[in-house]
Amino acid sequence: MTDAIRIDDLHKSFGSNEVLRGIDLSVGSHEVICLIGASGSGKSTLLRCINLLEPINKGRIILFGEDITGPRIDANLVRRQIGIVFQSFNLFPHMNVLRNVTLAPTKVLKTPAAKAQREARALLDRFGLSDKADDYPDRLSGGQQQRVAIVRALAMRPQIMLLDEVTSALDPELVAEVLDVIAELAAGGMTMLIATHEMGFARDIANRVCFLEEGRIIEDAPPAELFTNPKDDRTRRFLRRIVEAKRL
Amino acid sequence: MDANSSWAPGQPAGAFTATGRGPRLFSGGGGTQAKVVSTVSTIVVLGALAAVFLLAPGARAVEHEFFSPPHLWHSFIGNPGQGYYSVGAAIWLNIRMFLVAEVLILALALFVALIRQSAAPMLFPIRILATIYVDFFRGVPLILVIFAFGFGVPALRLPFVSTQPDVVYGVAALVLSYSAYVSEVYRAGLNSVHFSQVSAARSLGLSHATSLRYVVLPQAVRNIIPPLLNDFISLQKDTALVGTLGVIEANKAAGIYSETVFNFSSFTVAAILFLILTIPLARFTDRLIERDRRRRLALGAP
Repeated sequence: MTDAIRIDDLHKSFGSNEVLRGIDLSVGSHEVICLIGASGSGKSTLLRCINLLEPINKGRIILFGEDITGPRIDANLVRRQIGIVFQSFNLFPHMNVLRNVTLAPTKVLKTPAAKAQREARALLDRFGLSDKADDYPDRLSGGQQQRVAIVRALAMRPQIMLLDEVTSALDPELVAEVLDVIAELAAGGMTMLIATHEMGFARDIANRVCFLEEGRIIEDAPPAELFTNPKDDRTRRFLRRIVEAKRL
Repeated sequence: MDANSSWAPGQPAGAFTATGRGPRLFSGGGGTQAKVVSTVSTIVVLGALAAVFLLAPGARAVEHEFFSPPHLWHSFIGNPGQGYYSVGAAIWLNIRMFLVAEVLILALALFVALIRQSAAPMLFPIRILATIYVDFFRGVPLILVIFAFGFGVPALRLPFVSTQPDVVYGVAALVLSYSAYVSEVYRAGLNSVHFSQVSAARSLGLSHATSLRYVVLPQAVRNIIPPLLNDFISLQKDTALVGTLGVIEANKAAGIYSETVFNFSSFTVAAILFLILTIPLARFTDRLIERDRRRRLALGAP
């Protein structure tokens, strides 16, 4: 079976600062992989590179068998396959929730407005947001905004979802509602690559957990193994700090 | 407003403002007492100004030269038989120039701003040209641009281009000069939209153009409506400069009247007409700014 994503020797620099220093990773279809590691370890950059939001310096990203880092690739077509949700929600503040969700389907997929709205309402309904369809983002809580952002990405029917620390900007009591949504996606078989600081969540949901440090994947293992019996000293040190901070 | 007396919930009203005249964060509030104070102070200030004017040694002469009722009326309605035009009719030309120029400025300025904001290497030469254009037309006084167009272009004796009515050259000069300013306003607006909005739009598969059209521009324009309207208030007045080309707009018509009849009341008429044009736009701008401020305050509240 072809992997959903295969990454070979990915390098990415911002100026002289090399953020990704040779990432190798493969994500199978319906697999959920959590990326953990300190801030600045390269998790977010890796996700942005996969969605072609950042040009890479070296290496290859293969999406369903096709190299998407080649010269003649239409980034817009690639991004239709890959949904990404950001830490800071980034909803469009001048549009109500329904329009946030239907914008891309109507403009990119040319879905007729009525059909796009029907589908959007169904998605909002599924994630407990049906009464928010006509509200503007500034009327919503952080958790609701982030759920809308997830719905907005799902409305494009992506094959893969990239989640970039989607609960980091939320008040603690709002984290659970967003994690529940992600768990539901995982249960539905969505292929996901999740950068997160929620270790307990990663342990529960992930098929594999990758620990990143200084732009490299130090350890890549099932959560039971990585969290209880890490092979690498660096992973061990990182997890010890997490435990000391009472986050695991 | 109640907001002044009970601004902190759970706190006895007036606990810190025993006189009822505590410091106010914003003007515009206030009860009966505030209204009395502001009315009295307005009467005093206006009265003082009127006194200075009426008691000046040359008051009678100025009144006759600038505020003579028959002259005000005659210059307003005009009399081509006597060799002068109606200032009241001429203002319509200012309005038409303003409306045409405004639409063209909005389009040209946006075009220039988008070019200057573009990142594509291929557009580099056009970007340089756009920068030179903005530098040039912001630096040269508008009146010189009007002269250059009004006298220079006809002198070229090109077919079509050199045979337009003077008002066309005047409007072209207004458009080129103001677009340089307004393009900078647009640019400020485009920069005010956070790049994460672009990331979000592009990540959904929207093309660069679609992101711009539906995500970036609507937010940018919303942010720049007050400065944009400010420039348009200025543009309304500056249509008077086109009169230097001999076009009979309000200011030119007033000038012809004063040269023919030797009385300046026609300029007072022109001034009043320009005020009638600009003041509603100015108040409208204020209202938009106020609405925006309220919205931001409302957002800040839980």
